[in-house]
Amino acid sequence: MTLVVDGLFKAFGGVQAVNNVSFRLDAGELLALIGPNGAGKTTCFNMLNGQLRPDAGSIRFFDNELAGVAPRKIWRLGVGRTFQITATFGSMTVRENVQMALMSYHRRLFALLPRAAALYVDEAMALLDRVGMADQADRPCSVLAYGDLKRVELAVALANEPRLLLMDEPTAGMAPKERVELMALTADIVAERKIAVLFTEHDMDVVFGHAGRILVLNRGQLIAEGNPAEVRENDQVREVYLGAELGHA
Amino acid sequence: MGFYIVQVLTGLSSAAALFLVASGLSIIFGVTRVVNLAHGSFYMLGAYIAYSLIDLFGRGGLGFWGGIVLAAVAVGMIGAIVEVLILRRVYQAPELFQLVATFGVILVIQDIALLVWGAEDLVGHRAPGLTGAVDIMGTPLPAYDLALIAISPVVLAGLWLLFNRTRWGTLVRAATQDREMVGALGVNQAWLFTGTFFLGSMLAGLGGAVQLPKGGADLLMDFNVIAAAFVVVVVGGMGSIFGAFLAAVLIAELNAFGILVFPEITLVLMFLVMAVVLIFRPWGLLGSPEAPGQKGQQGPPEQPLRPAPVRVQMAGVAVVGFLALLPVVAGPFALVLTVDILIFALFAVSLHFIMGPGGMVSFGHAAYFGGGAYGAALLIHYANSNMESAMALGPVLAAVLALVFGWFCVRLSGVYLAMLTLAFAQVAWSVVFQWNDVTGGDDGLLYIVKSAWADTAQSWVPFYLLTAVLCLSAMLFLRRVLFSPFGYAMRACRDSELRSHAIGINVLEQRWLAFTLSGVAAGVAGSLYVFSKGSAFPDYMSIPLSFDALIMVLLGGVKTLLGPIVGAVTFTWIQDEISRFEYWRFFLGLAIILLVIAFPQGIAGFGRRYLGPWFGIRAEEAQ
Ligand SMILES: Nc1ncnc2c1ncn2[C@@H]1O[C@H](COP(=O)(O)OP(=O)(O)O)[C@@H](O)[C@H]1O
Ligand SMILES: [Mg+2]
Repeated sequence: MTLVVDGLFKAFGGVQAVNNVSFRLDAGELLALIGPNGAGKTTCFNMLNGQLRPDAGSIRFFDNELAGVAPRKIWRLGVGRTFQITATFGSMTVRENVQMALMSYHRRLFALLPRAAALYVDEAMALLDRVGMADQADRPCSVLAYGDLKRVELAVALANEPRLLLMDEPTAGMAPKERVELMALTADIVAERKIAVLFTEHDMDVVFGHAGRILVLNRGQLIAEGNPAEVRENDQVREVYLGAELGHA
Repeated sequence: MGFYIVQVLTGLSSAAALFLVASGLSIIFGVTRVVNLAHGSFYMLGAYIAYSLIDLFGRGGLGFWGGIVLAAVAVGMIGAIVEVLILRRVYQAPELFQLVATFGVILVIQDIALLVWGAEDLVGHRAPGLTGAVDIMGTPLPAYDLALIAISPVVLAGLWLLFNRTRWGTLVRAATQDREMVGALGVNQAWLFTGTFFLGSMLAGLGGAVQLPKGGADLLMDFNVIAAAFVVVVVGGMGSIFGAFLAAVLIAELNAFGILVFPEITLVLMFLVMAVVLIFRPWGLLGSPEAPGQKGQQGPPEQPLRPAPVRVQMAGVAVVGFLALLPVVAGPFALVLTVDILIFALFAVSLHFIMGPGGMVSFGHAAYFGGGAYGAALLIHYANSNMESAMALGPVLAAVLALVFGWFCVRLSGVYLAMLTLAFAQVAWSVVFQWNDVTGGDDGLLYIVKSAWADTAQSWVPFYLLTAVLCLSAMLFLRRVLFSPFGYAMRACRDSELRSHAIGINVLEQRWLAFTLSGVAAGVAGSLYVFSKGSAFPDYMSIPLSFDALIMVLLGGVKTLLGPIVGAVTFTWIQDEISRFEYWRFFLGLAIILLVIAFPQGIAGFGRRYLGPWFGIRAEEAQ
């Protein structure tokens, strides 16, 4: 089992943002975490990748406990992350963004003399090729279209050969067609590398089209779990989503 | 008992001027994000103008208080004029660029004040009806102190009403909290900013005017108050008026009592307070954190680093050739000036290293320059060291200072980081200034002689060549580091801290070592400087020198690698040319203001745009 989350809690002041969340995730699986805005999805992610320390609960990643560990250490264990609002290095080119992650992966961050732009070029290009960004490798990241930035983030997240990928709203802000493409790409990569993926998503087409299993979060609590067909039929889920959106998916 | 009560009240009364100045500074920064160095000059003008007006109106109650109020209004108008004529033209420039213009304003106002009011300190008029003393349990307290104590709460209440009961005040508050909103204001923005400058400057002028009966007016007031005002603003929390009040009282009281217990410490007490507050509350007592990723970056996003094209490399070789041949054609004066230029170029490059690509603005970089200078000077004086080993080991002191100070500083960001660097630099300066037995205090350490082969008495050529080789190598090394994984990682931490953490970069450690490396480079410049001057003075660590470096970097252009060098050459050369005139500050200030208006992206940024294509620097696509 790649990831075993058990009894996770997090409160902000009086708001219980995450309330006793437990789930498991296996290699090669695409697990969707859905729920209305403010349900606690991002908070869950932030605990998984170390940005937040859980109030209680455990997060087992293979043989390691992740709860309360610093993000950079969790990354070194093999957990990649993309952000709801893209976070890339604006003063670098697309390739340099990936090279930066590779330099960190190969522990070269304190090298003072080598030319960074000449390091790990082939590896970086291979990753960019995989996400379809090779032709834009030399462009500054600051001028990319939003959808392309999301692809760059994916390439960066793959740089440390992760065994677990956390994707918070990977398709937010993209056009519908791009969304489907990006998720199809992700699904391919997951299949070929046997990575475990946890992602949140608002677009139900994407969720029901690609997720192997779905977790439904509402007000910090898991209210349903199962394959797309089971979740779609779940009464409580229908109630939360007012029935409307789930029907046609 | 009476004594202590009087001491408390004295503290409260001296908090008044401090609060007035600081609240103005805080309001201006909150709305416009301009770090207004000239704020101290407005305070000084308030005192001088009030002096003249009271003279004019006669010294009755109406003349006195009317003079004070009118002086404040006059200063407010001067602030508004500065905003309209100068700052309005450079809001689109990179962050902090505006402070260069305000530095120019300081210099201009200094000489205008000198011209109009003369060099003599002016003794302030006594307030009519408040000339006596009040007896408090047997200890006298000047009656005017009571008036001062009353002023802060009145102004505080007035500001509260303004910000909470008027439409304009609501705009100011909204703008302070949400930068995005300011952009959406459109036409109203100009009006809001000018109004803000009027109000902020008026408060500074009022501060200067009300302290006239106690402190008089003199030409050093501007620099004396500006550091204190920044401390108050930062301790209270940027943009928080009530925070500024609290901090002003806190610092004034600590000073009032500190002077009784430990007089030596008063010079640094407020900086120590600031350091402690910032270490425990990185956004001041009542401030709130800046939204992450929103540090008020202006202008186009920074472009990727590209290696220098062939023509630029050739130009570089030409410059080196020119420097190598200079001793053949130039006389000793030109060589001495070039030595200064080279040293300051290295100093500016070292600051730019952390400030530009590193995103860590230091307002106290002279600490490391001075660290290198004193490191070398102390070795000569106490270890009988020769020039070579003193130069090599001198920067170790700079490294130690940078390691210690940097460890705290890199935990903060933006203006708070800048102010903490300033605080530490002031602490270092006051140690050097006051530790007479070791550092010689104000008299400095003299007779720092060069080795025989580089001795001045014979010729400047050997020392010039030594300086050129060391400075050029150090600058090239720092450039190389920027292109290395270390430099990239430092830039990564600036571009996106979130992403940096998420790809395994230890952001604090990366920043800390970058800060230290920059400090060492500044130290190398400093240790060369003591040998070129033959002495070491506390000035080498002082705020003005830190500001000089800051001006060089910003004037040259913070977003280009050549910027600090261009800035250092321009600034040092202009200063050398102009300082022969009587009112040289006025002209230097004017030159700086004109340069700022002419080159809002910095001189090198301007050059890059217009000469870049010829040199083969490709224009990056913009969004
Ligand atoms: N840093 C924070 N401080 C206070 N409250 C927070 C913070 N982050 C999230 N919350 C609150 O926690 C709840 C869950 O938020 P979040 O995890 O962002 O939801 P989602 O990603 O599902 O939209 C919301 O009520 C939100 O307001
Ligand atoms: Mg979210």
